[in-house]
Amino acid sequence: MLRTKTIKFWYRIHKWTSLVCTAFLLMLCLTGLPLIFYHEIEHLLGNAVEAPALPEGTPMAPVDDVIEAGERLYPDEFVQFVSWDPDEPDIVYLSLAASPAASPENNRLLVVDARTAEVLGEPVLQGSLMFTLYRLHVDMFAGLAGKLFLGLMGLLFVVAIISGVVVYGPFMRRLEFGTVRSDRSRRVRWLDLHNLLGIVTLTWALVVGGTGVINTWADLVIQLWRSDQLAAMVEPYRDAPPLEGLGSLDRAIATARDAAPGMVPSFVAFPGSLFASNHHYAVFMRGETPLTERLLKPALVDAQTGQLTDARDMPWYVTALLVSQPLHFGDYGGMPMKIIWALLDIVTIIVLGSGLYLWVARRKTSVETRIAEIERGEAKPLATVSREAS
Amino acid sequence: MRKPAAARGTYAYRVFAIPTLLALLSALGLLSALLGDGVWDVLSWLTLGALIVTIVRHVARPARARYERS
Repeated sequence: MLRTKTIKFWYRIHKWTSLVCTAFLLMLCLTGLPLIFYHEIEHLLGNAVEAPALPEGTPMAPVDDVIEAGERLYPDEFVQFVSWDPDEPDIVYLSLAASPAASPENNRLLVVDARTAEVLGEPVLQGSLMFTLYRLHVDMFAGLAGKLFLGLMGLLFVVAIISGVVVYGPFMRRLEFGTVRSDRSRRVRWLDLHNLLGIVTLTWALVVGGTGVINTWADLVIQLWRSDQLAAMVEPYRDAPPLEGLGSLDRAIATARDAAPGMVPSFVAFPGSLFASNHHYAVFMRGETPLTERLLKPALVDAQTGQLTDARDMPWYVTALLVSQPLHFGDYGGMPMKIIWALLDIVTIIVLGSGLYLWVARRKTSVETRIAEIERGEAKPLATVSREAS
Repeated sequence: MRKPAAARGTYAYRVFAIPTLLALLSALGLLSALLGDGVWDVLSWLTLGALIVTIVRHVARPARARYERS
């Protein structure tokens, strides 16, 4: 049994960490709910661009033709990234920017047919409802500072969960698991619900909260990778003269496939862009099982000659980021998992809301009274408490 | 009223047995769909779905006259 002093300490930790982060966590849970179904909602809204049905086995167009189609449409812009979606094998995505080294934040996205190299469309990102929810969820439109701030709120959330488990023990000492005393006052009923919903969703909330925090560090992780592994890989090109024109991307991809047998390209970063050097195509290869599909291996290919410079597995901190993404999004187990994710998200909203309510309802009581209640293994009806306080 | 020392010794077990089980189920569900498709996905739906079932069962349970541990 925990000592009264210890309980008091953890109770205070739980109260203050929760109070500080609750408003932001409520926002994150509310915006995150529709984001679980991002793809489905975009399809319903008609914002998704789809590839037309062509006869089975229609061969793929050279990727160089796909690039050319994009550049023909926007001759003043530069392709920064080419990417593929494992779930949409007939589509190639092109990401274009005003200059090769521009920040990719406001890039234009083109959807190109992988078989005919025909531009299918340009999904509207900025200003759409889902994009607004997405930005609110990721950085509240405040860039890196917003991300890091939300990351801090996420850390407080994790501390609130852990301290919540510590005070759960003394609260439940005399109660069966899952007791909801619905014949008592409203506050007691909500206290029991808060305890039940909180303890059942404990691990899920810790994992989704913790991986969310890791995701807020994505920009920093990428910078670290650039100055660490990427810099080491392109060391031989330190004094090389600037590129004069780009060689074939198809050839670069073939080189990368040879360097990473059994893997397929996930995306290619063009020379000068965030994920490449000034002289290379960085071809990011991925595996083909559910786990290795998330893990990347960059192959740096000389953009002029198409020869391999280096290919290495990602360092642990990038791998940690890549593994934490599905665990945060809940997008790795089909529609049933998305629905479970949404239900657990709603339960978390109820835990946050009831926590806030309990704080408001108990403000009149002193900490000592509350500890005494916990010690007795019960929480008194509000009426008794307010009589004592007056 | 204080309980005998022997009964108090099982406090952690009584309070945390079911939460520990639920935590293990959650971890299994979160990991299994990451490791494979098909049966691994189904395992994940069942284990994570058990959390929802646990909540619904306890919330829907009618109030009992005595809920304190005997």
